[in-house]
Amino acid sequence: MSKGLPLWGRFGGGFMFLINYIKTVFSTVKSMLVGMRRTGYYFTHHKEIITEEYPDNRETMHLPERFKGEVVMPHDEKNEHRCTGCTACELACPNGTIKVVTKFDITPEGKKKKAIDKLVYHLELCTMCNLCIVACPSDAIKMAQTFEHSVFDRSQLTKVLNNPGSKIMDGVE
Amino acid sequence: MYRETTIVADENQNLAAKEAGDFIINVGPQHPATHGVLHLVITLNGETIKKVEPHLGFIHRSIEKMCESLTYRQFIYVTSRMDYLSSHINNHACALCVEKGMQVEIPGRAKVIRILMDELTRIASHELWLGAMAMDLGAFTPFFHTFRERELINDIMEETCGARLTMNYIVPGGVMQDIHPNFQKKVKDFVKQFTSKIGEMDEIVTGNTIFQNRMKGVGILSKEDAVSFGCTGPAARGSGVSCDTRKIFPYEGYEKLQFDEILENGCDSFARYMIRIREMQQSIRIIEQLIDNIPEGDFQAKTKAVIKLPKGEFYQRVETARGQFGVFIVSEGGTTPYRIKFRSPGFSNLSALDHMARGSKLGDLVAMMGTLDLVIPDIDR
Ligand code: SF4
Ligand code: SF4
Repeated sequence: MSKGLPLWGRFGGGFMFLINYIKTVFSTVKSMLVGMRRTGYYFTHHKEIITEEYPDNRETMHLPERFKGEVVMPHDEKNEHRCTGCTACELACPNGTIKVVTKFDITPEGKKKKAIDKLVYHLELCTMCNLCIVACPSDAIKMAQTFEHSVFDRSQLTKVLNNPGSKIMDGVE
Repeated sequence: MYRETTIVADENQNLAAKEAGDFIINVGPQHPATHGVLHLVITLNGETIKKVEPHLGFIHRSIEKMCESLTYRQFIYVTSRMDYLSSHINNHACALCVEKGMQVEIPGRAKVIRILMDELTRIASHELWLGAMAMDLGAFTPFFHTFRERELINDIMEETCGARLTMNYIVPGGVMQDIHPNFQKKVKDFVKQFTSKIGEMDEIVTGNTIFQNRMKGVGILSKEDAVSFGCTGPAARGSGVSCDTRKIFPYEGYEKLQFDEILENGCDSFARYMIRIREMQQSIRIIEQLIDNIPEGDFQAKTKAVIKLPKGEFYQRVETARGQFGVFIVSEGGTTPYRIKFRSPGFSNLSALDHMARGSKLGDLVAMMGTLDLVIPDIDR
């Protein structure tokens, strides 16, 4: 308010200011009450709350079968897997997570046959991109739905996917 | 220690920091309001901002250089780690660019799945932004409301793509797996819930007078400035710049769909806020058009196991949740790119922050940054 204004001007401006001020206060309180009503609605309607309490729900928790948690190699009951040691997964992996160590088996006919010795998998490097699974020509590896991967030492994250003493399944080339 | 840098060409603007009574504070790199490792050096006169200098590089992973040693199938997963809230759309841009080089025609089913995924991602990204921005301004409740809806999208993604954030689902030639049998039903449920609950946001946030007073007239970015800073996405459309890549350079069949480009002429934070709210409704419109019309057929075109691009340069741009994202591939004819350049929307949008913030109060800076929707890994790459 400038000093040059006559008294009524100053008073009138002040009056309008006061009116506007009170109006703003009321509209603000009203808009906040509208928001509070919504909060109060959820406060009294417990059924609509969808929060799940992890880890208390570990038993009932269900992850979809496509969830990418970790690369595993399924074995059947005779301890046989489907991996031929073709190294397609190793080539497809963008960050060197998989290392296929091959050896040569002697078949009953006396021929040399390539087979895996170890399929080393570094979980700490894996980005769960699914490229190795798609690249594998014999469906030897798949994604598991595990997700609690924390361990005390990172060396525990380096895994060998094929079980000790396992063999390749008959009929997989 | 902060050293003064000479980023701004005008000498006087840099000298501003030397005046007596000026105060320099650092916001970040570890600051909850920057949503990432962004370091802002702010010159203050009292509470008024004189200059904002973003210092980048805290999450620089040299993604462009990394891509040079990865094959055309492998490099796509890295782009999910750039703008992690629009990871599908980043993957989409890369896949389109590689397909441009390979000259393959992808099946109609894959196209529709891709658009559906893009739009779901856009909604999820805007939902997260809405919650996070309301939290920046001190309202904590909206965060949970928006995350409730976003959770449904995450569940859909988890079921079909196997991941919630870094999907790597869109690959050259189509998509990696077919959609899950529950996909259509779940998306319809989501659309129903979203349309019935979006009004809550108006009650809690948009209609709130305190919120409006903090947004209206704050962070003015004129149309000319938005163009000259290279802003794209909601940040530019809030200033009336028509820049929706889905409209002006349609890709993947967006030209056949009915949706509006949202424009606001407010040029302030509130306009940018409203753009995103209305954009979510447009995305819902696109989803409603497509969800019952997914064509039958293959989800992936037949491509060679090892992709080789012919010698040349390929560029593809898409509209992410933050603006225009571009992929530029220079190929020498081999299996890996010779050079890759990503044009990320966040970087250009951030460059306008200094201009917007000058002369306003420090408390408003958070609101301005919130409406720019900065994702720091996208800026730094
Ligand atoms: S999921 Fe990706 S990163 Fe992990 S082992 Fe397979 S190809 Fe490598
Ligand atoms: S897991 Fe599959 S791709 Fe990898 S070596 Fe074995 S057969 Fe080949």
